[in-house]
Amino acid sequence: MVNPRRLKALIVKEFHQIVRDVSSILICVVLPTVLLILYGFGVSLDFKNMKIGLVMEDTAPDAQSFVKALVDSRYFNVDIGRDRKRIEQDVVDGKLLGMVVIPSYFSQFRERTDKIAPIQVIADGTNPNTASFVQNYVDAAFEGWLQQQYYESGWRGQLLIDPQIRYWFNESLDSRYFILPGSLAITMTLIGALLTALVIAREWERGTMESLMATSVTSSEIMLGKLLSYFILGMVSFILSIFFTIFAFGVPLRGSLLALMLSGAVFLFTALGLGLLISTLAKNQFVASQAALNAAFLPSYMLSGFLFEISSMPVPIQWMTYAIPARYFVSCLQTLFLAGNIWPLILKNIAIMFGIALIFYAILVKKMVKRLD
Amino acid sequence: MINSRLLSLVKKEFIAIWRDKKSRFVLIAPPLLQLFIFAFAATLDVTNISLGILNRDNGEKGFLLTEKFYGAPYFTHVTFLKSDEEIAPFMNEQKGMMVLSIEPLFSKNLDSGDHASVELILDGRKSNTTQIIAGYATQIIREFAQDVAHREEIPQQPIALVPRYWFNPNQLYQWFTVPGLLGILTLVEAVILSALSIAREKEMGTFDQLLVSPLLPSEILIGKALPACLIALIEGTVILIAAVTFFQIPFTGSLLFFYASMLLFILSIIGIGLFLSVLCSTQQQAILGAFVILSPSVLLSGFATPIENMPQWMQTITYIVPLRYFLIISRGVFLKDLPIHVILNNLWPLVIIGAVNLTGAALFFRRRLQ
Amino acid sequence: MKNGAALPIIRIDDLTKSFGKEEALQHLSVDLPKGQIIGLVGPDGAGKTTLIRLLAALMLPSSGQITINGFDTVKEAEKIHNSIGYMPQRFGLYEDLTVMQNLVLYADLNGVMGEERKKVFEQLLSFTGLSPFTKRLAGNLSGGMKQKLGLACTLIRKPDVLLLDEPSVGVDPISRRELWKMIQGLAAEGISIIWSTIYLDEAEKCSRVLLLNEGKMLFNGPPSEMTDKMKGRVFLVPKEKRADLVEIVNREDVVDATIQGADIRVVTKESHPFAKGKPVKPRFEDAFIDLLGGSPKGKSKLAENAPEVANDHEFVIKVENLTKKFGDFTAVDSISFQVKKGEIFGLLGPNGAGKSTTFKMLCGLLKITSGKATVYGKSLIDAPAEAREHIGYMAQKFSLYGDMSVLQNLQFFSGVYNLEGEKQKTAIEQMIEIFNFEPYLDSPAKELPLGYKQRLGLACAVMHHPEILFLDEPTSGVDPITRREFWNHINGLVEKGTTIIVTTHFMDEAENCDRIGLIFQGKIVTIGAPDELKKKAKTEQNPDPTLEDAFIYLVEGHG
Repeated sequence: MVNPRRLKALIVKEFHQIVRDVSSILICVVLPTVLLILYGFGVSLDFKNMKIGLVMEDTAPDAQSFVKALVDSRYFNVDIGRDRKRIEQDVVDGKLLGMVVIPSYFSQFRERTDKIAPIQVIADGTNPNTASFVQNYVDAAFEGWLQQQYYESGWRGQLLIDPQIRYWFNESLDSRYFILPGSLAITMTLIGALLTALVIAREWERGTMESLMATSVTSSEIMLGKLLSYFILGMVSFILSIFFTIFAFGVPLRGSLLALMLSGAVFLFTALGLGLLISTLAKNQFVASQAALNAAFLPSYMLSGFLFEISSMPVPIQWMTYAIPARYFVSCLQTLFLAGNIWPLILKNIAIMFGIALIFYAILVKKMVKRLD
Repeated sequence: MINSRLLSLVKKEFIAIWRDKKSRFVLIAPPLLQLFIFAFAATLDVTNISLGILNRDNGEKGFLLTEKFYGAPYFTHVTFLKSDEEIAPFMNEQKGMMVLSIEPLFSKNLDSGDHASVELILDGRKSNTTQIIAGYATQIIREFAQDVAHREEIPQQPIALVPRYWFNPNQLYQWFTVPGLLGILTLVEAVILSALSIAREKEMGTFDQLLVSPLLPSEILIGKALPACLIALIEGTVILIAAVTFFQIPFTGSLLFFYASMLLFILSIIGIGLFLSVLCSTQQQAILGAFVILSPSVLLSGFATPIENMPQWMQTITYIVPLRYFLIISRGVFLKDLPIHVILNNLWPLVIIGAVNLTGAALFFRRRLQ
Repeated sequence: MKNGAALPIIRIDDLTKSFGKEEALQHLSVDLPKGQIIGLVGPDGAGKTTLIRLLAALMLPSSGQITINGFDTVKEAEKIHNSIGYMPQRFGLYEDLTVMQNLVLYADLNGVMGEERKKVFEQLLSFTGLSPFTKRLAGNLSGGMKQKLGLACTLIRKPDVLLLDEPSVGVDPISRRELWKMIQGLAAEGISIIWSTIYLDEAEKCSRVLLLNEGKMLFNGPPSEMTDKMKGRVFLVPKEKRADLVEIVNREDVVDATIQGADIRVVTKESHPFAKGKPVKPRFEDAFIDLLGGSPKGKSKLAENAPEVANDHEFVIKVENLTKKFGDFTAVDSISFQVKKGEIFGLLGPNGAGKSTTFKMLCGLLKITSGKATVYGKSLIDAPAEAREHIGYMAQKFSLYGDMSVLQNLQFFSGVYNLEGEKQKTAIEQMIEIFNFEPYLDSPAKELPLGYKQRLGLACAVMHHPEILFLDEPTSGVDPITRREFWNHINGLVEKGTTIIVTTHFMDEAENCDRIGLIFQGKIVTIGAPDELKKKAKTEQNPDPTLEDAFIYLVEGHG
């Protein structure tokens, strides 16, 4: 069925073409590098130096040390003002992410034992995620300040229970540490699906496919030839990306390189299957690239869990994500980099990806006939 | 300026786009699909959280605390762990995002007026989400503590934070995403339409016919830009209507300025697309080129992650990304009744970017003929 | 020789192939003998490529059966792939690979290894003359060389049957002759060859011809059988003016009339002498036209409706030392010629000679590296829009908007050439009437039969009554009948004073021109009237050369 000599000839041919083809180099080298840089620097959910306003309508000597705590915090860049209107306008204009207001009746309330003096924390709710962080960090500063006050003034209340918060796997809470590994799934999808989809469609358009088919070569050999060639290319790109991630961005690799290679290989196998399938069905580069973008790339960006949490999506969409191979790969990547070799998780994900791959290849074999009609 | 040549060209463009099955497909199906799926998928919201609870306390208070977590709306899946050893596999295998571990002396400590502690273990692999979860959990614990203090008549702290959320009081993530999607989907549409327009003619061989005819290069560019612009505007309007009706997002600002902004935004994008189209000789090259331009644009625009979090040098780069300005306007006009001067502040860069690109396209138009 | 009673190597039995509603091949039955060159002849759309693909076992018949060497194409496709060689129409050479890399690839794929491979490569490389080019990228070879390389790759494993789909289209005549010599050599070794072509003169060289038109087989036998039928019915009549052609064609007893240099070639209904006509040997094309019912009659309504061109420029187009370089590669090397008003000037040469490049520079579509190209004294690159109103352009493969309907195409092109309101309406209505577009008005242009595409292309180019017409390979692949109708229109327009400049690789079509510029490898070989050129190539061995003979003779440096 598969003749090794013919297969080797096809692979050699493929590499000769890759070396001379601009778009292959663009997709395999330039694009992944650019994307890695973008993900490494551009996509960050780490908030620091958030610009907020502070209005002290009341001098509130009590709260002064709290104000100082806020100003000193590395999370905030505080703009202190007396004119509430101006600060409010700044929030509306988007210059400030929020404002803290010590209202005019603050000291009054402080003097009464039956009232609690409020400090208003207003966040610009346009971006709920950012708003949550504003609130959380102000809250954390407040909590820290309360701890101090406790020793001095004996307040208790909410301090009664002391939550010890531990983050496993990413203690420094650097969002890059989870975004970058996940982004590798995106780049692999690009190579696996987009590149292969284009390359086969191109053979059809240029007429070389027809010439090949008239020889003794079988359609499995043609597919296998492409598969192996781009597999090698993809793995090389993967390894380069991994090294870039680890050494340029300092993301730790706590799992084994072997496990990483294994999951990468299986994912690439799946992505290539998708790419080959698209191009066999499309036969035309335009349609192939459209399909690859819509069926492979966008879902891996939006629905793989690398940035947007799957469990937060509505249930029907969560079901959709089960069909997306990138979802499983992202889980492997985040785990292998940040946690370590958690075999039950890794093996489960690999098995599922492999299963999806088998489905793609089964359809592919059915559709691949050495015929022109 | 408007003459029969130009009109014929514009009319032809519309017919060609509509009648080419491939273009038609690209026009209609993906944007709508993307709008509805991504509006829900592209969320940094935190809900449906899976939680593990290890309660080593035997007393009533431990039990009550567990009850509080169990009943909280965010935590939809609660697994009760039986021992310390179960924590590691639970976290490692991502069976939940957080484990709440209550110490054995919890109730006793609280009953005697002492501090008690609980441990929150969170999965740092999803650090953004779990920081927010930590926030929720701390909130719940704090309320519980205040309850206990109140009943036991332990003095409370007399100062409290009062959180408020402006513009989006219920913190609905779609209110943020959908105005952003309006920008992105219009962007994708405008780029693809304009990028394909000239490349398609080159591929079909009809481009030469256009060049030989009395049409001026500027007329050809306008003839290609107008239909793309109109179609993108229509799409923007459809999404706008969907946003207000289906997603029920309030529209607080000036509709007039919003449309003006959308128009300028689209024109700046079309400049980029036409530039691309002039440089590429096949449609497939144009699509790849469009993709290479689009992905960084979306990443750098502040759609999903804030521009403020980027390093300074990268923030400077975002000044040439048109989408960045439009997102500010779109979100502002929907939710904040964004003042006119802010809108204008974000419009003039669009004008400059558009002018530069359109001029580039016109210049390279003839240059490419060699 | 044996043959006669030998078993046919290919048997086609009641073969039909449909694509949806369209029947590409209808009930073909034929037996083809071994060791011969069989010509598969017919215009584009006749079904030649479909038949060849069916023979190559790359398509399934809708009904009927094909066996090659006893193997059925449906059930034993693999065995067939192992014993045939197939060169598709656009032979897909891997342009990013060198000549040698391409050969090695096909050798590997066909299992030709070791000593045998070395021998075969040596043979093929000398056979094709490609030995000095083994390291060159296939994409950088000339058209003729690419075809030869394609053939070499197909021949690496000596097949029993060789299927060639239009191997010589657009190839320069010298290479074409060499290809033929190669093929004849192969036939002598016992290989059966099926050579499909649109060139009717090639058909005459085959031992047997299958004539296809619109999916039906019109003739199957030795070409001489068909040509012999025309004995005594073909004459050359001296031509005084182009209008003579129309007069003659419309006569009762005339089946076909075409311009041949300074004469008109006439084919009559019966074998009887023709006034003022010198009897000549019949050609295959004469028989073909006769079989199809003869040339279309009538006058060109298009020409009738066209206004007289009034201007007194003597030389409408002037080209002086025109050169075009793409990097290191010189596509057009210092070409000079002039075209007079009311003349048909032809640029004749194979693909890649530089015809289209010259054309594009003339039309202002390409930048000129050096030299001048002017129309009415002005260069078109800088010409204001209004100047272009005087020009009509028909690009290769007609360049219509395939997805738009016939009517929409007409509306667009007229609008773009500044026709509006009443003028536009009238112009469009005229075209619809002249070319019979009525039944196709709403059909997308890409679904039109090839002949109608050509008519639409012409219509769109002339609606604004241009004074100069640029025609780039205007009759590529069209059937001979439609071609005659086309030239009828052109001749009529020229009578009214329109100037025409046309490019073509069809040597015989160039006979319609008043003067021809032979162009080869970027240079003008010579310029002159068709008869002048033929006279130059007259030798003892060849007292009556065709234009193709003249081309080869002149290119090879004689005269």
